Amino acid sequence: MTLWQQLTTIGAVVAGTALTRFLPFLCFPAKRRVPDYVRYLGRVLPAAVFGLLVVYCFREVSLFEGSHAIPELIAVLVVVLLHRWKRQMLLSIAGGTLCYMALVQLVF
Amino acid sequence: MRGRETDSAVRRAFCAAAPHTAPIFAGFWFLGLTYGIYMNAAGFSFWYPLGMSLAIFAGSMEFVTVGLLLGAFHPLQAFAMALVMGARHIFYGLSMLERYSGTGWKKGYLIFGMCDESFSINYTAEIPPGVDRGWFFFFVTLLNHFYWVFGATLGGLLGQVIRLDTEGISFVMTAMFVVIFLEQWKKEREHMGALLGVLLPLCCLLLFGAERFLLPAMGAILLALTLLRGRLSKGVRT
Repeated sequence: MTLWQQLTTIGAVVAGTALTRFLPFLCFPAKRRVPDYVRYLGRVLPAAVFGLLVVYCFREVSLFEGSHAIPELIAVLVVVLLHRWKRQMLLSIAGGTLCYMALVQLVF
Repeated sequence: MRGRETDSAVRRAFCAAAPHTAPIFAGFWFLGLTYGIYMNAAGFSFWYPLGMSLAIFAGSMEFVTVGLLLGAFHPLQAFAMALVMGARHIFYGLSMLERYSGTGWKKGYLIFGMCDESFSINYTAEIPPGVDRGWFFFFVTLLNHFYWVFGATLGGLLGQVIRLDTEGISFVMTAMFVVIFLEQWKKEREHMGALLGVLLPLCCLLLFGAERFLLPAMGAILLALTLLRGRLSKGVRT
C-alpha cells in the first residue's frame, strides 16, 4: 500500500466509527421527541450490550482445543471473586489480568 | 468575576471526573502500549499508532485496522468493518441522547470520543451536586482519549527497545468488561436483559463463528428486547 492508500483506509475506518457514534444524535436531535420505544431500548440495551462485549472478548477461545479455556475461566473467576470481595474496579481488573498472564506464560 | 467562577467550575469538574477514569488509565496504558508494540512489530512507525489512536479512538477497531493496512487496498471493506465493529455504539448513543443534551460545543467531541469506556463511565457515574455535567463528561472523554493516545504512542516508540513478555495482556479488556457487567448487574432488579446479552451472543457465536457472530447477535438482542418490551419496561432502575 502507498501512503495515500493507507491514509484512505484509515480515513474510511475513522468515518465508519464516527458514523456509528453520531447516527443516534443526528436522527434524534434535541428538539425532536425521542419515541418511547427508542427510550426503552436506550434503557435496557446497555446491560445486554455489556454481556455481548464479554462474549465478544471470548470469541477466539475454544473449549475443545489448546488449553480448553481453562486459563480464561480461572481468570474470570478471579475477577468475579475479587470484585465481590473488594468491589474495587482496578483491583479486580489488574488481579484477573495478572493471573491470566501468569497462567498462559507459566502454566499452559 | 464570572471568569473566575467558570474557572473553578471547570476545575471542580476535572477533579470529580479524574478518579472515575483511574481504572481506564491502567487499562488503556497497558492496552495502548500493547497496541503500539503490535504496530511496531507489524512494521509501522510510531506515527501510525499516534495518528490512529487520535483519529479512530476505538481500541479493538484499531487492532483490526493493522490487519487491513497489511492487506490489499480496499477502503469500502474497511468502512464496513468499522460499521460492524462500531455498531454497538449506536446503542450507546441511544442511551446517551438525554444525558449529553445541553452540553453545548462539547457535545461533538463527547460523541466522537464515546468509546466503550467513556460511555460506561458517563452512563453510570453519579455526578456530584454542584459539578457541571458537560465539563464532567468532557474531562472523562478527554482523559480517556489522552491515556489511549499516550499508551499507543509510547508502545510504538518503545516497541523496538524493550522486550517484554506481554502474552495475555489483552485479557485486561475482558476483565474490564466483566467488571462493568457485574456493576450493571448490581444496578438492576430485573436481569433478563443482561442474561439475554450473554446467552444470545453465545448461541450466535456457536452458530456463526467468531468472525460473523457480532451482527446476528446484535439483531437477536434487539429482537428479543423488542418482544419482551411489556415485561421489561418497569424492571430497570433509571
